[in-house]
Amino acid sequence: MVDYRIDRHSGMATYVQIVHQTKQALRLGLLAPGDKLPTAREVVEATAVNPNTVLKAYRELEREGLVEARRGLGTFVRRSLGAAPADSPLRAELEEWASRARGAGLEREDVAALFTAVLETHYPAGPAPPPPAPAPTHPTAPPKTPQGDPS
Amino acid sequence: MTVPAIEADALGKRFGRRADWALRDCSFRLPAGRVCAVVGPNGAGKSTLLAITAGLLAPTEGRATVLGTDPATARPRVGFVDQTKPLYPQLSVAETLRMGADLNPGHWDADTAERIVAGGDLDPGRRIRALSGGQRTRVALALALGKRPELLLLDEPMADLDPLARHELMGVLMGQAAARGTTIVMSSHVVAELEDSCDHLLLIGGGRVRLAGEIDDLLAAHTRVSAPAETDLAAHEVVESRTTGRQLSALLRPAGPLPGDWRTGTPSLEELVLSYLRNPGASAPAPAPDTTETAA
Repeated sequence: MVDYRIDRHSGMATYVQIVHQTKQALRLGLLAPGDKLPTAREVVEATAVNPNTVLKAYRELEREGLVEARRGLGTFVRRSLGAAPADSPLRAELEEWASRARGAGLEREDVAALFTAVLETHYPAGPAPPPPAPAPTHPTAPPKTPQGDPS
Repeated sequence: MTVPAIEADALGKRFGRRADWALRDCSFRLPAGRVCAVVGPNGAGKSTLLAITAGLLAPTEGRATVLGTDPATARPRVGFVDQTKPLYPQLSVAETLRMGADLNPGHWDADTAERIVAGGDLDPGRRIRALSGGQRTRVALALALGKRPELLLLDEPMADLDPLARHELMGVLMGQAAARGTTIVMSSHVVAELEDSCDHLLLIGGGRVRLAGEIDDLLAAHTRVSAPAETDLAAHEVVESRTTGRQLSALLRPAGPLPGDWRTGTPSLEELVLSYLRNPGASAPAPAPDTTETAA
């Protein structure tokens, strides 16, 4: 579920803020295909913004093919952001790899670290390089858990 | 096309024959389903306009049409919260709500009314006279919303509410607009407080309509400009301009493309409103042909 936070002083139009925050939720996996977006009423009761602003944001998301409005039911997520859909062969391979890693006795953190390391090699220009981690074995905050966590 | 919520045709009101006009030559059209901010300085005529629309005051001249009929006939379908929040001081909160139910047989929304009152931690047994200003506002809003109005007229509804209650009750109002398509008209002289919640603006100054329309359209029609001093702006409709040293700053309605070396920006609603209020001589833009549904 998404919880929209409207910042009146951000200089960004309110509907754009809703669009951005929805996309962010899609990227982070907080919203997945099939999930229902909060109704306009729920959003406006929580944020006190005008209902048309929410509807405008939802229309924009619909235009981009991310959500669809089903009459009388609500607005639902059609696809996720991040190129790999949930049922892609890539995900299947990763699933297989993860279960082999588990079979080999790797801990969750080990797998995450391994995955991150490989990720860094192949996607060097990541968003905001993380600060040098002093303790590689026990990362306090696991660096960006890979999407599609098998657990 | 649906019937507009309010249509004002050259409305005028003066209190006494020799008095000044509190409202003059006031014409506008508010489509149904909008959340409209009525903005203007003290004494601009906001309360007079709302009272006429609510059918509590007869205009001296002109005509108001509310929900397709005259204001008095429309009254059962209109909720009105006056600035002074008149309630019966000797009744308790619970009795006030029961009165609301009795006065609105068949369409009283007890859930909404009770939810609004409950949001303020109000003891239902307390008498109205013992409530604070903000608590009375809450009860008055509960009464107005419990009526399930098609049009809700609120005169300075948020003035005596704390920021938390303000946000919560504004959320309740927006929820009503979303769920029922209720048209809401609320006055305030604090523009910033209405900017996110309203989609339509009615700016009143000196008893006249200075600016009226969809907020998005109004903002898009105006541009904030910085240019070298001595720049000639005459080609455009200038609302306000000021020269500081070598720089000229202006708010204008461009008549065509602006030169590339001017720095331009979109004004905020507050900037727009203040510019018009500071410059009583600035003319209003011609009303858009019909903005009921702006091409999307």
